Amino acid sequence: MTSAAADLIRQSASVLAAAISEGEVSSVEVTKAHLARIAAVDERVHAFLQVTSKAALESAQAIDEKRKSGATLGVLAGVPIAVKDVLTMRGVPTTCGSKILEGWRPPYDATVVSRLRAADLVILGKTNMDEFAMGSSTEHSAYGPTHNPWDLERIPGGSGGGSAAALAAFETPLSIGTDTGGSIRQPAAVTGTVGVKPTYGGVSRYGLVALASSLDQAGPCARSVMDAALLHSVIAGHDPRDSTSINAPVPDVVAAANRGDIRGLRIGLVKELSGEGYQAGVLQRFNESVELLQGLGAEVVEVSCPHFDYALGAYYLILPSEASSNLARFDGMRYGLRVGDNGSNSVEQVMSLSREAGFGAEVKRRIMLGTYALSSGYYDAYYGQAQKVRTLITRDFNAAFEKADVLISPTAPTTAFKIGEKVDDPLAMYLNDIATIPVNLAGNCAMSLPVGLSPADGLPVGLQIMAPPMADDRLYLVGSALESALTDRWGHLLIQEVPNL
Amino acid sequence: MSNTQLTVPFAEAMTRYEPIIGLEVHVELGTNSKMFCSCATTFGASPNTQVCPVCLGLPGSMPVLNKVAVESTIRIGLALNCEIATWCRFARKNYFYPDMPKDYQVSQYDEPLCTNGWLDVTVATDDGPQVVRVEIERVHMEEDTGKLTHAGGATGRIHGADYSLVDYNRAGIPLIEIVTKTVIGTGPLAPAVARAYVTELRDVMRALGVSDVRMEEGSLRCDVNLSLNRPGAGWGTRSETKNVNSLRSVERAVHSEIERQAAVLDGGGRVIQETRHFHEDTGRSTSGRSKEQAEDYRYFPEPDLVPIAPTRTWVEELRATLPEVPSVKRARLQSTWGINEFELATLVNAGAVELVESSIAAGVDAAAARKWWTGELLRVANERGVELADLPVTVSQIARVESLIADGRLNDQLARQVFEGVLAGEGDVDVVIAQRGLAVVSDDGALLSAIDEALAAQPDVAEKIKSGKIQAAGAIVGAVMKTTKGQADAAKVRALLLDRLGVSE
Repeated sequence: MTSAAADLIRQSASVLAAAISEGEVSSVEVTKAHLARIAAVDERVHAFLQVTSKAALESAQAIDEKRKSGATLGVLAGVPIAVKDVLTMRGVPTTCGSKILEGWRPPYDATVVSRLRAADLVILGKTNMDEFAMGSSTEHSAYGPTHNPWDLERIPGGSGGGSAAALAAFETPLSIGTDTGGSIRQPAAVTGTVGVKPTYGGVSRYGLVALASSLDQAGPCARSVMDAALLHSVIAGHDPRDSTSINAPVPDVVAAANRGDIRGLRIGLVKELSGEGYQAGVLQRFNESVELLQGLGAEVVEVSCPHFDYALGAYYLILPSEASSNLARFDGMRYGLRVGDNGSNSVEQVMSLSREAGFGAEVKRRIMLGTYALSSGYYDAYYGQAQKVRTLITRDFNAAFEKADVLISPTAPTTAFKIGEKVDDPLAMYLNDIATIPVNLAGNCAMSLPVGLSPADGLPVGLQIMAPPMADDRLYLVGSALESALTDRWGHLLIQEVPNL
Repeated sequence: MSNTQLTVPFAEAMTRYEPIIGLEVHVELGTNSKMFCSCATTFGASPNTQVCPVCLGLPGSMPVLNKVAVESTIRIGLALNCEIATWCRFARKNYFYPDMPKDYQVSQYDEPLCTNGWLDVTVATDDGPQVVRVEIERVHMEEDTGKLTHAGGATGRIHGADYSLVDYNRAGIPLIEIVTKTVIGTGPLAPAVARAYVTELRDVMRALGVSDVRMEEGSLRCDVNLSLNRPGAGWGTRSETKNVNSLRSVERAVHSEIERQAAVLDGGGRVIQETRHFHEDTGRSTSGRSKEQAEDYRYFPEPDLVPIAPTRTWVEELRATLPEVPSVKRARLQSTWGINEFELATLVNAGAVELVESSIAAGVDAAAARKWWTGELLRVANERGVELADLPVTVSQIARVESLIADGRLNDQLARQVFEGVLAGEGDVDVVIAQRGLAVVSDDGALLSAIDEALAAQPDVAEKIKSGKIQAAGAIVGAVMKTTKGQADAAKVRALLLDRLGVSE
């Protein structure tokens, strides 16, 4: 790799976009540099399930020509991006990390993908994930785990480990993730990158293969707060194809990231998202950040959200219930894997054999949990009660946002753990999302950004900022203030400290 | 299928048992696009040509509710005197079947859009017409499934088939389910009440313009629930008969199920809770899926759709669009047109009421309009096996023919030939007349020579007439009509004949 190319892959998306629009570098050169990087390191990282090199270079070429013709380009025109393999892309295999969708090529683009194309971004390919986004380590991908660029023996978080690891490995400057219980934020935390779960309904779910429809939300992943803001502004906004999409102006996240002034802002520390279960190194970096925020003029208050203690339980009833229904369509009848169609098996047997062979253990576990929770006679005790808890958690948030403009907590209780360490212990795995799940249940928005390396293991620690629904701009306001204070202290973004691969 | 199904004759069964019926009617709405996507809904299109990622349930696709479908459902609810919910949701009904693209059906469960209505129906009894109020439990929306065709195998069902084909054109077409409360106390009138209810419901749908309600195309489907009990005893176990595809079958299905269940109970047996399939050819049903162990559909609120909360203003706006209630309208027409109940029933059964109405509006005399639609045109429609409304003839063509008759330029016999030409696609009324040379012979000279010819041929008849037996004139008029190939005005021939012979009426 030439030093010029090495420079290109370490640049932020906003710098690349400016250079491309000024004609200092072409989108083709930038794209080639990233494709070369993927070719060089992805065998070890395994962030990608599909690299669409030919299509990427063709669109880069088209964007370069468009620029030369003097046409108006989007703010991120020509910049490469990777998309989590849970979003449909016309003609490109979309597997959701599952064997059951092997070979399926969707005939349509997800709205998020259409918006990326319309904004002239260059799509490099599809990133690895836990099967159907069920997991916190990307170990549940049917196509093998993704490795954390900070330490290849460790997990990159999940379910969107591919999208986060690709950023930390400098394979792409931007990526798209989806977050049902923390699948954007927890990978961001353990890879030293930035990830945002927008307000539910803020980004269209059309073309996002549903895990739990009432919790799923696509969002931006980047290496800096500003890059995430730029990407957020590209993908967000009302979509008539998604009935749950909010028909209101998108909060001005880019302006908020530019402003970064938090003097007088009230920041709430959530009592329930701290203490026991959180690693000392994680808490140390978190507490330092709180002091830093105070130093920047914010007023820090403690708030209590007592029902957050029930969030994990409610989540693991609602998610499997919806998933058991959403995943019913994978039955071997119309697309994907079909097993046992030998002329003697009945249609029910073929459905059953296809699902038996096509789904992994974690997916089966959650389908069974959900099927049970929705069963007649159990519905009220499980799904019904969980929905009540959900209401109580929303009320906790509402009360907390009376006292504070944003809330903060560590994103995840621990730094990246070793691959294989928790894969056989579902409960330990589920606890990774203890701090991120309440936001999905209530439907508001949150960001994770890197706040240093844990002194215990030298691995990245993430801080979570939570804001009320449709106040996504506050995430960027606080995130950018904190990021800039930390950058001043370190002399660079934390991601620059990632070891050379 | 047992060919030796035991039955007790209906009249005898009625001496020992009381039937309780419940009817579930599915109506396919005639919206231009499907329930949750913009695919077309045309009946009979090539398989799988009216599909998209949404109605195929492809991963990632999401439903968006068709507003017209909601409007139609509210109008149906209002026409059936229902309460309209202020807030309700869709639910997912989960079960695996290859005709369902998502392996769940988007339906309504415990929060239907319309509840607690009624519909009055009239049945004929020995003591004259009797009005029965059928109470409506609920009216809700759901999406239709795809259509399976099973090839090979003896039963035509999925089990034992060599292979099955699926057409998803129908998947996602808006379907309305109208469920009655249990209808009790109708006794031997139960079959007639069931038929009258479905007929009246069909007329209401037609008047609302929300569906073409064609049972033979499946846009109106009826499931018949029925149980028998001995007077004073508790309710019996019910069966649910499906595949009831005509109004006549509704009546026959109730009738035959009463006979069957009575035989089971008389024999000391127990009626099994099951789905039965009605067979048009035999008029009997065969056993289908047992419902003894109720299937668990694991209903839960559909998270991909937002709740429906119709404002009261909107509901009132829709109420203002309701047409005249069919039964009220029939009473009005009966008195305006001066016809009896039987004549009206003929019009209703022929599906001719609206056609006659619009013919009258186009200037045709009421009696003439009825005569054409329930006579010659109905005969052709039956011959072709199509609905009257689908014949390629317009009310303005009928108006034109009638005005030509009034002017004496056509007679009834010629008019029938004109319609024959129009229906055969030979062109408009005047084109057919010109091409077929169908004009009344009005030249007195030509008629008189034809009369003279006929009198000469039948001198005995001529004598009879002269001697005052005027009724014998018919033979001469007939002969003249024959020589003029029907193109003469019979009344005029008769007048000329009598004048020629110097007799008067």
